[in-house]
Amino acid sequence: MDILQLVVVGVIVGSVIGLGAMGLTLTYGILKFANFAHGDMLTLGMFLAFAVVGDLGWAGPSMLWFSFGWGMLGGIALAIAGVAGFSLVADRVVFRPLRSRGSAVITMAIASLGLAIMLRAIVQIAWGSSALRFSTGINRANDYFGLKVKPDQILIVALTAVVAIALYLLLHRTKLGKAMRATADNPELAEVSGIDTERIRQATWAIGGAMTAIAGVMLGVQTQLRFDAGFNLLLPMFAATILGGIGSPWGALLGGLIVGVSQEVSTHWIDTGFKPAVPFAILIIMLLVRPRGLFGSTV
Amino acid sequence: MSPALFEAMELSAGYGGADIIHEVSLSIEAGELVTIIGPNGAGKSTFLKAAFGLLRPSHGMTLLRGIDVTRLRPPKMVAAGVSFVPQLDNVFPSLSIRENLEMGGYLAGRNAARRADEVLAMFPELERRPAEHAGRLSGGQRQALALGRALMLNPALLMLDEPTAALSPLMRNEVFERLRAIRESGVAILMVEQNAREALAISDRGVVLVAGQVALEQPGPAMLANPSVGRLFLGLDEAEPTASTSAPKAEA
Repeated sequence: MDILQLVVVGVIVGSVIGLGAMGLTLTYGILKFANFAHGDMLTLGMFLAFAVVGDLGWAGPSMLWFSFGWGMLGGIALAIAGVAGFSLVADRVVFRPLRSRGSAVITMAIASLGLAIMLRAIVQIAWGSSALRFSTGINRANDYFGLKVKPDQILIVALTAVVAIALYLLLHRTKLGKAMRATADNPELAEVSGIDTERIRQATWAIGGAMTAIAGVMLGVQTQLRFDAGFNLLLPMFAATILGGIGSPWGALLGGLIVGVSQEVSTHWIDTGFKPAVPFAILIIMLLVRPRGLFGSTV
Repeated sequence: MSPALFEAMELSAGYGGADIIHEVSLSIEAGELVTIIGPNGAGKSTFLKAAFGLLRPSHGMTLLRGIDVTRLRPPKMVAAGVSFVPQLDNVFPSLSIRENLEMGGYLAGRNAARRADEVLAMFPELERRPAEHAGRLSGGQRQALALGRALMLNPALLMLDEPTAALSPLMRNEVFERLRAIRESGVAILMVEQNAREALAISDRGVVLVAGQVALEQPGPAMLANPSVGRLFLGLDEAEPTASTSAPKAEA
């Protein structure tokens, strides 16, 4: 395939990775541990949307130029509520008790791994192991200066941009967002300043969960729905997060784009089957050369 | 008789089950400036943290205007009118100066922005560049910002953990000058300080903590003149009888 076309595909794939990585880096920056359940929370969001448009059959009439119907709005709403709710319950039941006990970061990360395996099994029990699709409709690619792009794919990139801007405004223009950044910087000083950091952590889970849900739905729109789709995206998302500097949403977004583009462009020279190795390679190189990431900062 | 502004009664606290301070009692009146001095490891910071609620005491209680606040978490203490400035990491480095102040006024609601303007006006070096990230400030500017953050809610009592640690002598004087002004505005101050001489010079009262217990409590000027305190904590040499008079700072 033409390299430019590969770059276009890479931007689309990278947008999904970046969207997921922004949620991951947000929770990483404020909760201070690597949430290995992030990928499977993405999967949960994807299937919750499917529950509306597939299982319930509320796909609705075709939505504008996209492959899915208006029912997808309801699907996204359920996904957001479901993943945010799951995150809050997981925090209350698993992570908060660990936090109040002063558990080490590694304990939290391992607990999240357990949560990930549990969640994946639940999704597999509920929706099976075979791939599903949001719709059977064809989303015909349009030709822009010789580059083929589907309306669905434009939506993915546009939605990623909207979420990134919304997150920026939240973090820099609202009291909650500033308190989230303060808590990421120094939780003890935040407490000393009168900020109820437990509530900030809950808000972070809810907001991160909502972003994860949107990323999951977009991943389903871009490819297929599989019980391990989110898990398979976990490593690229971690690569993007570390590339951008843990705790930096803009870094995560850019990191996602870099991972996506390099992964797709690599297929110009190497077999497609090997492209999942590219994020691994990026991750290893970054950890060796610049572990703080390109924009190493906090939320 | 009205109760003291703040009172610690037989407070014991420490880390990992081992107490560092043992039944320390101390009270502070409204508008008073009290300095706690003592050798390293005496438990000065531990006491301050236990008094503010950052550390749960194993014994004893703390009262604010006669009301039990022993079990209050820091955000509630802040809401009740007590501010705390830690010794280290006392600003949010990735937030701007103005955002740091806004966080100090987190509980102030809508008035936070106006109050931030007032506090900025008190610190000209910060007012010049409110959008600067706190992580880029010098030690003295950081300390000014940390003080400003703590003043955002108009506290009745300010607790300071070594406010002049790691500052140059010039900067130290500036901080002490500022503390004197804050105190004169009616805010009570309870501070732990290594630079005992300068601190006692502006203090109403000094408390010497040794091995986790109160060894001595005296008015600030009297403690400055106390030869044994001078020998132990003020860097004055007892071998030279003229030492105390040759230390001009002591009278400042």
